[in-house]
Amino acid sequence: MKGWNWDGFFEYLTNTYILEGAAVTLGLTIAAMSLGLVAGCFVALLRMSPFRILNKIAYFYTWLIRGTPLLVQLIIIYTGLPQLGIKFSVLEATLIGLVMNEAAYLSEIIRSGISSVPKGQSNAARAVGMTDVQMMRYIVAPQAARIIIPPLGNSVNGCLKTTSIASIISMEELLRRTQVLIQEKFMVLELFVVAALYYLLMTTAWDLVQRRIERHFGRGYDIKADTAEQR
Amino acid sequence: MKPMIVLEDVDKWYGKSFQVLQSCSLSVSPGEVVVVCGPSGSGKSTLIKCVNGLEPVQGGRITVKDMEVTGARADLPKLRSHVGMVFQHFDLFPHMTVTENICIGQTKVLGRSRAEAEAKAAALLERVGMTAHARKYPIQLSGGQQQRIAIARALAMDPVALLFDEPTSALDPEMITEVLDVMVGLAKEGMTMLVVTHEMGFARKVADRVVFMDGGEVVEDTPTDDFFAAPKSQRAVEFLSKILAH
Ligand SMILES: Nc1ncnc2c1ncn2[C@@H]1O[C@H](COP(=O)(O)OP(=O)(O)O)[C@@H](O)[C@H]1O
Ligand SMILES: [Mg+2]
Repeated sequence: MKGWNWDGFFEYLTNTYILEGAAVTLGLTIAAMSLGLVAGCFVALLRMSPFRILNKIAYFYTWLIRGTPLLVQLIIIYTGLPQLGIKFSVLEATLIGLVMNEAAYLSEIIRSGISSVPKGQSNAARAVGMTDVQMMRYIVAPQAARIIIPPLGNSVNGCLKTTSIASIISMEELLRRTQVLIQEKFMVLELFVVAALYYLLMTTAWDLVQRRIERHFGRGYDIKADTAEQR
Repeated sequence: MKPMIVLEDVDKWYGKSFQVLQSCSLSVSPGEVVVVCGPSGSGKSTLIKCVNGLEPVQGGRITVKDMEVTGARADLPKLRSHVGMVFQHFDLFPHMTVTENICIGQTKVLGRSRAEAEAKAAALLERVGMTAHARKYPIQLSGGQQQRIAIARALAMDPVALLFDEPTSALDPEMITEVLDVMVGLAKEGMTMLVVTHEMGFARKVADRVVFMDGGEVVEDTPTDDFFAAPKSQRAVEFLSKILAH
């Protein structure tokens, strides 16, 4: 039995090939979350629109995406669709799969955030003469954000880890690159621990960012904190 | 004098089967204070929300200072920027400080500069006796204080008329006076006001007319003194005896 190899561990901890893989993971997460947020807002608007048919379409979409594993969706997009003549590169397939998923989950988060803002707030905003867009921007969205940020933050954390599923269609992110090196060097435990540490580093960094954002949107809701701030 | 607020034969339904307002007509002249009262569920809140277009109507016509509220040509955001409204539950914006609450409409809707809006906010805070609380958030204030800020928020827009929907009915008894005092002051200065309230002391003191509603209809519209001396309708007599009993 081969023991733990410290030299190998430290070497891989600073290996640029792995580091690039981690950068790809981060990039995929940022892209999937930002595009997913835009698409998720759109799906949420459809869900809340007064038109029955639009509600149904949005409902069907979230039902379909949330009811099937990302792994299966990715394989269908990358390996299955070419059968119908629809071809995507690995990166395209990965992004399509991730964004479709985030849009479905985030739309539900956004919808519940917006409906948590009391009707009195929109009436008060309109009563001072705001247009619907101004009301959304200055009154509803900031209040909805306070509700949305915690589950949204969980989604970012989840997305950082979920990107690893794209390794199955040979997307060269952190996990895939770790596996490639394992094939060459057989340092299984050391390499997986290195990969785990990189994931941990990214999720922890996000945790700190999320807490700052939560504090920002929490102002006006915590008497003690607000009173302390004025002193 | 040309009336400031005019409602002509207003009909409104909630859904297809429930008619909440039935041919309601009412007018308020500039500088007049009109109190609307009536049993719970009679349509008072609905009526007053129709005046600034927060609720659409299905029949009749409403104008405020010759601006259309009903009909396809109504420019509701513009209209509402000229008509202040104060709600039963204050509905201050919880994520903004007191000053921000009073400034947001001025800067975003009227396009005033920040400095101008803040100067106006400071003057209004002084007038409602809330200067010391300028930088607080609504959650840090009592109900009476919040309602005074809500009045300041409405006044900041330099409204041509103010609408009140039971402004004191969500308040603890000891806070009612501080809000009514502000409203009395406004009435005395000649502000045009349409006020839904059961505060009959306030009505007696400043109202020019009292409108009594029941079952979605304007049952009676009488000069204040006559209303309290002898209401015309039996329904108003019963209503008055109930609320004056305690
Ligand atoms: N958004 C609504 N949808 C359906 N019915 C409503 C709505 N708002 C109020 N109502 C009903 O309309 C009637 C009048 O309500 P409201 O105007 O609030 O009366 P008031 O302010 O005099 O108590 C009540 O029967 C109430 O239940
Ligand atoms: Mg009411």
